[in-house]
Amino acid sequence: MNPPIYGLMAEFDDPTALVKAARAAREKGFRKLDAYTPFPIEELSDALHLHKNKLPLLVLIGGIVGGTLGYMLQYFVTVIYYPINVGGRPLHSWPSYIIITFEMTILFAALTAVFGLLGLCGLPEPYHPTFNVPRFAMASRNRFFLCIESTDPLFEHDQTAAFLESLEPREVSEVAH
Amino acid sequence: MADELEVIESPSGNKIIAPDYTFGTVTDQIASVVLTKQTPIAVLGTFTVALGLLMTFMLAVGLLFGKGLGIWGLRGPTMWAWDITNFVWWVGIGHAGTLISAILLLLNQQWRNSINRFAEAMTIFAVACAGMFPILHLGRPWLMYWLFPYPNTMGIEPNFRSPLVWDVFAVSTYATVSVLFWFVGLIPDLATLRDRAQNPAFKVAYGILAMGWRGSARHWAVYETASLLLAGLATPLVLSVHTVVSFDFTVGIVPGWHSTFFPPYFVAGAIYSGFAMVLALAIPLRSLYGLKGLITDKHLDNAAKVMMATGLIVGYSYIMEAFAGWYSGNVYEEAAIWNRMTGPYAVQYWILITCNVVAPNALWFKKVRSSPIILFIWSLIVLLGMWLERFVIIVASLAQDNLPSSWRVFESTRWDWATYLGTIGLFLFLFMLFIRLLPMISIFEVRTLLPQAKVDKKESL
Repeated sequence: MNPPIYGLMAEFDDPTALVKAARAAREKGFRKLDAYTPFPIEELSDALHLHKNKLPLLVLIGGIVGGTLGYMLQYFVTVIYYPINVGGRPLHSWPSYIIITFEMTILFAALTAVFGLLGLCGLPEPYHPTFNVPRFAMASRNRFFLCIESTDPLFEHDQTAAFLESLEPREVSEVAH
Repeated sequence: MADELEVIESPSGNKIIAPDYTFGTVTDQIASVVLTKQTPIAVLGTFTVALGLLMTFMLAVGLLFGKGLGIWGLRGPTMWAWDITNFVWWVGIGHAGTLISAILLLLNQQWRNSINRFAEAMTIFAVACAGMFPILHLGRPWLMYWLFPYPNTMGIEPNFRSPLVWDVFAVSTYATVSVLFWFVGLIPDLATLRDRAQNPAFKVAYGILAMGWRGSARHWAVYETASLLLAGLATPLVLSVHTVVSFDFTVGIVPGWHSTFFPPYFVAGAIYSGFAMVLALAIPLRSLYGLKGLITDKHLDNAAKVMMATGLIVGYSYIMEAFAGWYSGNVYEEAAIWNRMTGPYAVQYWILITCNVVAPNALWFKKVRSSPIILFIWSLIVLLGMWLERFVIIVASLAQDNLPSSWRVFESTRWDWATYLGTIGLFLFLFMLFIRLLPMISIFEVRTLLPQAKVDKKESL
């Protein structure tokens, strides 16, 4: 079943109105909803229960993998693959490995942070229905949007529209697929 | 579509952002630099000069490839001179950008929000210039990939016990992480430009770069985590990079290099020269593009304070350096320091002391800190002083080394000058392209500074 529209979108003037609306929608029982803002809003993440994400764990794993690989690379080269005996000093000279191990940890962790960010956000995403709303271009300037998606079990076109109208937005518009 | 264009040309006030701004005016003011405003003559002029210098650089590098390192003033025993001086100078300049974007973010210094973008761009371009020198200095620069460990038929690998190899990893990691951090910061602003651009070609280009960013609350939540994590990773990284650069010297046993206080001394010097470059770029830019309401006198004041604080650390290091030379009781150390002060490089030494130790003390006075023109001149003095510092450390120690029979006073050639000025050209060229094509101030971060960005706790419940 493909619902005829993606959802309904309400436009607000300021962050306070949007956070209020998002809280009201959550209370009403809507779960498939998203807000669109020109800058990050701490309270909005609270209202939509978005504070937990997997990125820190991924970055930790990335860092550990990078550091391990960096150390193993140096160990392999200096001890196994190309050992050079310098005045009988130990081949496994771990103090001189520290810096490259550290740099590789940072490099892998940073790469994981960036690609993890893109992955968790599903970017790049060439097409998204919200861009069908002409005024949505203002979401990157000075307007704040709340969208209730039609896949939400409670979604009922006329009632949801009436609910959004009751939040006193500037405008409520349909988001076509 | 959008409301009418709103731009405030010359606002007043001494806060981190002038009053009367709204989400709309902030957006339009910064976006208009890229999208609609005419490029000022001064920017076109700088761009032309920069392009000329860049061509000089190409010529110098072409000649270097053809004839070899002899075209520079490198003669034994001075086999490191301008090249490594320039490398350390440029890497150091880059450090202020990371300090502003990462360390000040973690410290919650909100004034950074309007200068972090171009400071990060400065970092990337400075590191690009810095990276040129060790590569060009290799002798056979086209074999630079030998620096990296890769499976090869020659059966050899880099020596991981050498600070020069550590440097390869440190600087290339630094360049990569800086670019990533900068690009992540750009994504929401690229979306703004995509939504605001009238020209279809620009719309498509910014659209591709923005990757479909739509300001979703779900995305912002992950985005904020990612920014914090990247800042947390970049902070130890930036401190490590100049530490590793200083290891290039300290691990060697050359008198005047072999000391344990080099890492903090180099990091302080790096931030010192970096903030000087931030000021030298910000002061003309904010006048040319009418951005005095976003990069206010308060920013200049803060940057000058950081510059002074790090300058005082650098001054302290000079004193410690001289003291350690004397206190070590080592005749070679003592001779190296004495030679710096009174030998063939005494002129450069005393100029650098004037630039780096005497001059920054003027910044104690609020009158000096609140005058953009004086600050601009001061930042150039600091940049000169820091270049001379590296020059004196490197060349004075090498030219008069342990063996008096091999001593030779270093003389620079015109190709030393051409390569050095050429990288300044490369830097300015890239920077002018950047301010023309990308928002030089982070739009979304400035929006969060506005009073109306605060959510009213009572109202929202």
